[in-house]
Amino acid sequence: MVEQNLLLLLVLTPFISAALAATLPVGSRNAETWLAGLTMVVALGVLAVLYPSVAEGGRIIGKVEWASSIGLDLTFRIDGFAWLFMVLVAGIGMLVLLYARYYMAPDDPVPRLYSCLLAFAGAMSGLLLSGNIIMLVVFWELTSIVSFLLIGYWYQRQDARDGARMAFVVTASGGLCLMVAMILLGQIVGSYQLEDVLTAGPTITSHRLYPVVLVLFLLGAFTKSAQFPFHFWLPNAMAAPTPVSSYLHSATMVKAGVFLLLRFQPALGGTDAWFQLVTGAGLITMLMGAFVALFKHDLKGLLAYSTISHLGLITALAGIGTPMAVIAAVFHIVNHAVFKASLFMAAGIIDHETGTRDMRRLSGLARAMPVTATLAIIASAAMAGVPLLNGFLSKEMFFEATYVWNNGSPLDNAAPYVAVIAGALSAAYSLRFIVAVFFGPAATDLPHAPHEPPALMRLPVMLLVAACLGIGIAPQALLGGWLESAAMAILGPDLPHFSLKIWHGVNPALIMSLIATSLGILIYLVPRRWIDQGEEGLRITRALDFGRAFETALQFLTVRLPRQALKLTSAPGLQAQLRVMVLIGMAAAYFALGPLDWNIPLPEINSRELVFALLWLIGGGCALAAAWQAKYHRFAALILMGGAGLVTCTTFVWLSAPDLAVTQLLVEIATTALLLLGLRWLPKRNVEIPGDNNLTSRFRRLRDLLIAVTCGLGMTAIALAILLTKPGNSIGDWFLRHSYVEGGGTNVVNVILVDFRAFDTFGEISVLAIVGLTVYGLLRRFRPAPESVERPRPQVEAEEQALEAYLFIPAILMQWLFAPIIALAAYLFFRGHDLPGGGFAAGVTFALGLLLQYVASNVRWIEARLTILPVRWMGAGLLIAAAVGLGSWIFGAPFLTTHYQYLDLPLVGKVPASTAMLFDVGVFSLVVGAIVLMLIAIAHQSLRVSPRVRSADPEEPN
Amino acid sequence: MELILALAIGVLTGSGVWLLMRPRSFQVIIGLCLLAYGVNLFIFSMGRLYVGAAPIMSKGGFVDPSAYADPLPQALVLTAIVISFATTALFLVVMIASRGITGTDHVDGKEREQ
Repeated sequence: MVEQNLLLLLVLTPFISAALAATLPVGSRNAETWLAGLTMVVALGVLAVLYPSVAEGGRIIGKVEWASSIGLDLTFRIDGFAWLFMVLVAGIGMLVLLYARYYMAPDDPVPRLYSCLLAFAGAMSGLLLSGNIIMLVVFWELTSIVSFLLIGYWYQRQDARDGARMAFVVTASGGLCLMVAMILLGQIVGSYQLEDVLTAGPTITSHRLYPVVLVLFLLGAFTKSAQFPFHFWLPNAMAAPTPVSSYLHSATMVKAGVFLLLRFQPALGGTDAWFQLVTGAGLITMLMGAFVALFKHDLKGLLAYSTISHLGLITALAGIGTPMAVIAAVFHIVNHAVFKASLFMAAGIIDHETGTRDMRRLSGLARAMPVTATLAIIASAAMAGVPLLNGFLSKEMFFEATYVWNNGSPLDNAAPYVAVIAGALSAAYSLRFIVAVFFGPAATDLPHAPHEPPALMRLPVMLLVAACLGIGIAPQALLGGWLESAAMAILGPDLPHFSLKIWHGVNPALIMSLIATSLGILIYLVPRRWIDQGEEGLRITRALDFGRAFETALQFLTVRLPRQALKLTSAPGLQAQLRVMVLIGMAAAYFALGPLDWNIPLPEINSRELVFALLWLIGGGCALAAAWQAKYHRFAALILMGGAGLVTCTTFVWLSAPDLAVTQLLVEIATTALLLLGLRWLPKRNVEIPGDNNLTSRFRRLRDLLIAVTCGLGMTAIALAILLTKPGNSIGDWFLRHSYVEGGGTNVVNVILVDFRAFDTFGEISVLAIVGLTVYGLLRRFRPAPESVERPRPQVEAEEQALEAYLFIPAILMQWLFAPIIALAAYLFFRGHDLPGGGFAAGVTFALGLLLQYVASNVRWIEARLTILPVRWMGAGLLIAAAVGLGSWIFGAPFLTTHYQYLDLPLVGKVPASTAMLFDVGVFSLVVGAIVLMLIAIAHQSLRVSPRVRSADPEEPN
Repeated sequence: MELILALAIGVLTGSGVWLLMRPRSFQVIIGLCLLAYGVNLFIFSMGRLYVGAAPIMSKGGFVDPSAYADPLPQALVLTAIVISFATTALFLVVMIASRGITGTDHVDGKEREQ
């Protein structure tokens, strides 16, 4: 159990730290580094504790129950392979975070960087430790998103934005393919657990959908690991800060693709299609990457293409898929991460201390920064595959894998030659890196005078280079055990015996290695001048960079195509759009209901219902009159609309819905007040709008009238048809039966709102809060039309004296009413659980009480006496509601479970008391806040405008 | 009773829809309110009509659901009333802001070209 929780800790800690890191002040580089570094130390500690359980083919599976009823649980799983990868993520992560402390400039907003880097570590951990293949895809996409944010870290730069977008589009599209592949896999296997999928290899490869799954899966893996032809995003991602390039785009994230290939090799691999596609793509990528890298003048560009090439090597090994090839692949993942991370950091140091990464300008740096130079030279020697360094060993294993196993296909026959050529190119560009940057005459035109970086900035590089040397000299002692555990996790317990040794005797691999290295030296040294100063590669390699084609395609898909589609499908103006919407709605209703058997017996109207009919004669008349008058007589229309609303309200009373009636009545008042406040800002409508009575306008109105009448008739028919059928069993019955027993309240509607469906209500009050804030936000930058700015005509015409006395008696009454209204609100609130009322009604009442005070007196007078902070009311409301919901977790119950009992208060008697009531307090508080915020924000506009008018007054010639 | 309510729903919806397609923003806002009444009544009536049977229970004991109005549509409509108030407020503010910026109360922000 402890181990399962530790697994969870591994995934969660980075995310928690990321949240913390985001909240630290902008300039706090040291605090960020400590926080992030400690997070990585914790992760490494946990990994150390877990190692005994994952060694020798062991695994730990931890499960967090989430939505078990639909088969969704969070399964976390660690085995030797994931463990080794996690060590890379945490270990290199720690070094990169330390390095970033010195790399970032003091005015860079570091919290964003550290927070994203930590979130990346979390996403990567989730990806590596997912025991469920859908969850794996979720974390997979999360790494793409974080990578996007990190590449675009300096978002003020165009290349950073473009690079981020390109990387995101490519990798996230691949992720979508991967998701489809995983869903298909889950369907084929019958389980989404990684454990089940990995053991179902024969079922999968013999399934008829296998080719589809394979292609989609490979699209996911290849886009992530920058395999040809999707490699082009990686060089463009170099616009990211160097710590990011070093961590995400060389050591860890891009390895996720090869991780997936190796992980699923037992399930999907072993077929000819797998070999041809994976090894083929791997070899092409390796060769192409190494070739292009040789001609890059930008240090990071060279390293990026070199990364592509090495990823190709690992992919090729995954395609070959023999046990030794898999071991070599895992070994090379580690080796490449170590030497490439250190090289990126070294490139960053050079960039940081000299101000340029252009190899045509850099020269002779060995004299200015001897320590850095030594470290970088060792690391690039490891990249080239020089003996006694780690790169040599895995490259030799790769050479061996290409010729030992042969299935007779042309691709496999070509593999050893491709491998040697790529190895030679790799040696050549490594040599170029060393010679061009560190040797030769000292450079003269550098932006800064080069010098050694701070010791702590160099420390991560030093540690990684030490690892290069250590692994290169004593591979079996340092890495043998870990590698065996990792290989066992992939291939199962019957692993062939292997031992990592430096000297295997003279064998073909050694000879291939020697040929590659000497050829590499020749390739660079012979045409050296041409490579160093010439263009970046041949025309053909530049054509193979699909970046530009991608941009063109993106431009077409996201700009030109939508514009064309919009031109074809959009309607000009809101009216036409709404009309189309209404027509589509009508058509949908017709096609859905048309085929039904309409057999409606017309009911008779008895005398008791005559009153109801009269009521609706008024209500319907009001509605029609409002519709008729809304254009020229807004005030009349508003009052008529209120009439229709009141009749609706009466209908609710009549038809046994007291809660609705109360709410409708209160909201009606609030709506009317609101619209009255808004009327002032609309244009005067004293004269007829030009063209209002010509033929086209009349035709438009007639057409809309027809549509409206059809709508109305349709609704009548549908409503009548339903009302006249006998109701079936309603879920309402369940609520009626359980409301008192389980919710502890007799008012079922209220119990539904605050208890049974409280989560919906929670969502709803959030909407209300959002609307309130939006209204407030919109009005803060409100600019009224000039003609509405002056005071309204009645105010201007009235005498100052009369204005003072205006509403004098009502105002006093309204002030007196303040306390009774609050009492009424309290009354509505407390009876809510058992009788009509509740948080909504009480909240609106309270808000109206406040509004009355605003109506009664001068706004400034009232605000001097009464401090209302609507935003705080809203915040408090949301917090209370959420806290009540979360509170039930303490008692082990699901979110928003309620507890209830009746309290016997002296004098008052028995009062229902339940946690749902606390939730209702939240609802109440939020409703008060939102309504007051909206009403006051609109009412305040007159205040904001008046001073400007007054100051403008004296300038007017009187 | 049923027929009257059905007709009422029809009248409210029809008036609402007609106003919805009008060119002046105030017309649209009134239309939305009327439409909201109609739709709320429609949803409410899905629980069928009961007179004098409010869903207020006695405390404990056997409950016969057929003796009470269906509480579920009522709960739905209650939230709908509050939300439609919020959207009305939002629309009102958009309306007066748009009027301030464009100088017209036409829904498209410019008068129709004749």
